[in-house]
Amino acid sequence: MSEDTSFPNLPILGQEPTGRRGFLKACGATLGLAAWATAMKPLTEWAQDVSVDEFLQKHYRELTSDQKRAVFQRLEADCRKKHGVDVTISDPQAIPGVQFAYALNLSVCIGCRKCAEACHIENNHDRATNNSYIRVFEMEMGGIDFEKGNATYDHPVPQPGKFYMPVQCQQCENPPCVSACPIEATWQEDDGVVVVDYNWCIGCRYCEAACPYHARRFNWETPQIPAEEINPDQGYLSNRIRPQGVMEKCTFCLHRTREGKMPACLEACPTGARVFGNILDPNSEIRWVVENKRTFVLKEELGTKPRFYYFFDK
Amino acid sequence: MVSWLDSIGWIAAALALSLISLCGCERSRAEPQRLATSTSAATFPVEIRQPPLPQGVATSVVDSHGLPVQLKCIACHDVRPANVDTSLPSQLDEFHQGMQIAHGKLTCVSCHQASDGYASLKLADGRSLPFAESMTLCAQCHGTQFRDYEHGAHGGMTGYWDLTRGGRTRNHCLHCHDPHQPKYPTFTPAAAPRDRFAPATFGGMHE
Repeated sequence: MSEDTSFPNLPILGQEPTGRRGFLKACGATLGLAAWATAMKPLTEWAQDVSVDEFLQKHYRELTSDQKRAVFQRLEADCRKKHGVDVTISDPQAIPGVQFAYALNLSVCIGCRKCAEACHIENNHDRATNNSYIRVFEMEMGGIDFEKGNATYDHPVPQPGKFYMPVQCQQCENPPCVSACPIEATWQEDDGVVVVDYNWCIGCRYCEAACPYHARRFNWETPQIPAEEINPDQGYLSNRIRPQGVMEKCTFCLHRTREGKMPACLEACPTGARVFGNILDPNSEIRWVVENKRTFVLKEELGTKPRFYYFFDK
Repeated sequence: MVSWLDSIGWIAAALALSLISLCGCERSRAEPQRLATSTSAATFPVEIRQPPLPQGVATSVVDSHGLPVQLKCIACHDVRPANVDTSLPSQLDEFHQGMQIAHGKLTCVSCHQASDGYASLKLADGRSLPFAESMTLCAQCHGTQFRDYEHGAHGGMTGYWDLTRGGRTRNHCLHCHDPHQPKYPTFTPAAAPRDRFAPATFGGMHE
């Protein structure tokens, strides 16, 4: 009888007796496992969206042309699966002997935001945030004081006593954002355009903090765009739909401009305030502007050497 | 490569010389519609969109589509002698009365050629100019704007920055500036961004 009372709860034959210690161990192990699973949950959820190929993809500049082709095909297939849209991922390279530059005539700009709207559409920006790489400031005449600037004005333009200053990536010759990136996910191309490999970026946002022009944006969420509004003409380094959690920026529409076309913002400008071209071509419009107008650059004192020039006619 | 570039350069120089010799004293009337493009190796054209030419004035009679019947300028101006003392539409007894003019101190006959029955424009020196070449008329006074336009730094355009790859289409003065009220109109801008830096009223997080 004494043996029976010492093992009151042992219904299975041949099993080791479980005491309080064993019970607590089992409880602890179960709780630990559950906690670990919860902690790992975001990672497993994230992994659902990331294929092995994507996870193992090398840096853009280390990809061979065969690997690039495979990557672009995978991205095109992903877009077809996620959005039901056939897109083309292109990868135009910098044209030898071409350095892009942009100029903007502040005497002519009326602040209509058509450039920002065109950028929004061309670059497959998130519809809900009405994001764009261009921020148009309504500025007080008499100086360039962004503290007094308003980028969210909503009244007929132009207003008396104001001028309008669109600000986008200045494609600096000495880009602080590139120096700030800890993993070289962003770099300057031979034609001067600063690009991001969206598949290499880890979203630390150091570049956003480093940019004195606030030209970089972070994808807090996956951009939501109705299928019929997706621009199917996409560049790997430019306007393809960015994944969540990566940085993005203006690329002077390199998928267009490296094909010889004007950037979307220039084509949308109704007043012709924008001038774009190859600064190395002595006969180009941009060269004429830089040589003949009193151009200035934003925050010159920082030594970023922007390729984006502003000027007033008078 | 170098010799090819050289030959292009020589061709451009020869073209420029022949243009100058052709224009001669007529330089002031160089037709802006045939502007030489700034890139010497250009292979694709820069086209200037032509604004619609004036068709006449609308009458109170409507056609089968409900649109007012247009009366050609010459229908009246051919038979009525021009009164060059009239400077503003408000002084007229009939036709053109409601027209708003806000273009400096210009009057009708500053730009319209009375001696042609108003069928053409009038340059500052009195010569006639077809309506299709109106840009030359504008350029008489707005030389700096025209210079900027010639260099691609004024007026909207679409197409290629690289003219060796494709052409370009440019706006005409009149696409943005009504000759009778040339000030660029005020209009509602496209929607503002709704990012985190926008005030709360625009969907942002800031007060």
